[in-house]
Amino acid sequence: MIEIKNVVKTFNSGGKGLEALKGISLHIKPGEIFGIIGLSGAGKSTLLRTINRLGEPDSGEIRLGGTDVTKLAPVELRNLRKKVGMIFQHFNLLSSRTVSGNVAFALEVGKWPKRDIPRRVAEMLELVGLSDKADSYPSELSGGQKQRVGIARALANKPSVLLSDEATSALDPKTTQSILALLEDINRKMGITVVLVTHEMGVIRQICHRVAVLEAGRVVEQGRVRDIFMKPRSRTARELLSHLPRMSYDADKLPKEPGKPVVSFSFNGGTADQPIISRAIKTTGAEINILSGEIDNLPASKVGSLTVQLSGTQEEIAGALSYIRSQNVETEVIWNG
Amino acid sequence: MGDLTGLVGLLAAPTLETLYMVFFSTLFATVLGFPLGIILVVTEKGGILENEYVYRVLDGVVNVLRSFPFIILMIVLFPLSRLVVGTTIGTTASIVPLAIAAAPFVARVVESALKEVDHGLVEAAVSMGSSPKEIIFKVLVPEALPSLVLGQTLTVINIIGYSAMAGAIGGGGLGDLAVRYGFHRFQTDVLIAAVIVIIVMVQMIQGAGNALARRVSH
Ligand SMILES: Nc1ncnc2c1ncn2[C@@H]1O[C@H](COP(=O)(O)OP(=O)(O)OP(=O)(O)O)[C@@H](O)[C@H]1O
Ligand SMILES: [Mg+2]
Repeated sequence: MIEIKNVVKTFNSGGKGLEALKGISLHIKPGEIFGIIGLSGAGKSTLLRTINRLGEPDSGEIRLGGTDVTKLAPVELRNLRKKVGMIFQHFNLLSSRTVSGNVAFALEVGKWPKRDIPRRVAEMLELVGLSDKADSYPSELSGGQKQRVGIARALANKPSVLLSDEATSALDPKTTQSILALLEDINRKMGITVVLVTHEMGVIRQICHRVAVLEAGRVVEQGRVRDIFMKPRSRTARELLSHLPRMSYDADKLPKEPGKPVVSFSFNGGTADQPIISRAIKTTGAEINILSGEIDNLPASKVGSLTVQLSGTQEEIAGALSYIRSQNVETEVIWNG
Repeated sequence: MGDLTGLVGLLAAPTLETLYMVFFSTLFATVLGFPLGIILVVTEKGGILENEYVYRVLDGVVNVLRSFPFIILMIVLFPLSRLVVGTTIGTTASIVPLAIAAAPFVARVVESALKEVDHGLVEAAVSMGSSPKEIIFKVLVPEALPSLVLGQTLTVINIIGYSAMAGAIGGGGLGDLAVRYGFHRFQTDVLIAAVIVIIVMVQMIQGAGNALARRVSH
């Protein structure tokens, strides 16, 4: 669907060239919610903006459903943009127009027949749950409501792609949840591909299917969200994950009893909600004492991690571990003495 | 002090002349200055139709016109007035230099008002596939409307001031009246009355401009 190949972009600031994108390649599948995460200045916005050419890449290819965006002439580019919606951190609503007027703007640009506009506007406002605010001005709305207008406007021309640049970063946690839920709902119902830029792992965890981690203009890691949550490889991913409220073992507080190893288990997808631990106890006779654990709800899967202390005979412990390994759970012995 | 009805009779015609000059000068200054201001905004660095050459030429023209003292400009433009109106004296003739003096001012007013519009709005419009024309007339101008109204108010008030000067060199109107009676004949009451009429005019225009600006901002 979206194929980004070797995209390079340099900014000239004060005579010095700043390479914001250093050869980025990504493949985004139709219908998925793809996250782009990274620390401030990593180049996330710059990358996102090359997709609809709000920013021109220096070199590289950006294919959107077959057409190379970088080769389009102005008029073709404008037509393409009508099929690529975009939402922004600061909403960017026209203060001179009402909520309806803002949605109508997109339709006017999209050259909808005048008489069809009111009906489509009403439809879009209903979709985002703002029908009762049709005649309000943006200055009379809360942040969450403004973003809903932004979403209604971005989707009015029935785009196949929605680009989101920190769309929830100016919102409080509860409003963020509701906007993310709306985006997920739209993705599921309309099958629209969403490319979402954020610096919050929580956002990625909540709605993204796959994610790319950007570090100083390079993709340092990409893959399924649950894989990166379970085994973050890059420093950025680890750092960003560390900001999430997360229970994990604290090395100093581990019980260190001879013959009772401490092990951490990582569950993914289908295994997180199966009674693997209790089966291991029953079939092997080992005792398993849970020290800490967490289960994350990701779209389409659950991942979890558990830190436990095993006790019993050598054979019982070995049997329990091999049973648990056989259930596709990654195990890591943290302490054994 | 002359009797009041005499004074009113004396003031009536010049007041109408001033209004006539101000109205048409503003109109023509806007017709010239408004597009100029828009071209300045869109062609400047980072504008939606960035064009360094066009911007620098127009920017220079505006600066040169604005640095002319009005009286000099009026004399310089005598030939143009004669060409357009057929004469260089009278209210109609002074509309030519007034409009040309005020046009660059209008251009700057429009330029600074449109520059105030949040760039994010332009970006959002571009992301939706808007053409430059749509961005100008559906985003920049409507979003800048309150500032445009206040700026135009300032333009009208400036033109009132200039029109009084124009009056002094044969342009008619309240300025002409004040000079003829107050300066040449020492009839201070006429001078004061003319000044009061101008003050009232300015106050009313500023009040109306403020009210209108408030109405168009949301
Ligand atoms: N218009 C510009 N001119 C010059 N440099 C720019 C411009 N836009 C971005 N940059 C630089 O490019 C780099 C990447 O910026 P970008 O905005 O893409 O980062 P980001 O990952 O979106 O960061 P944030 O999370 O803060 O939004 C930064 O070093 C930034 O300073
Ligand atoms: Mg950014």
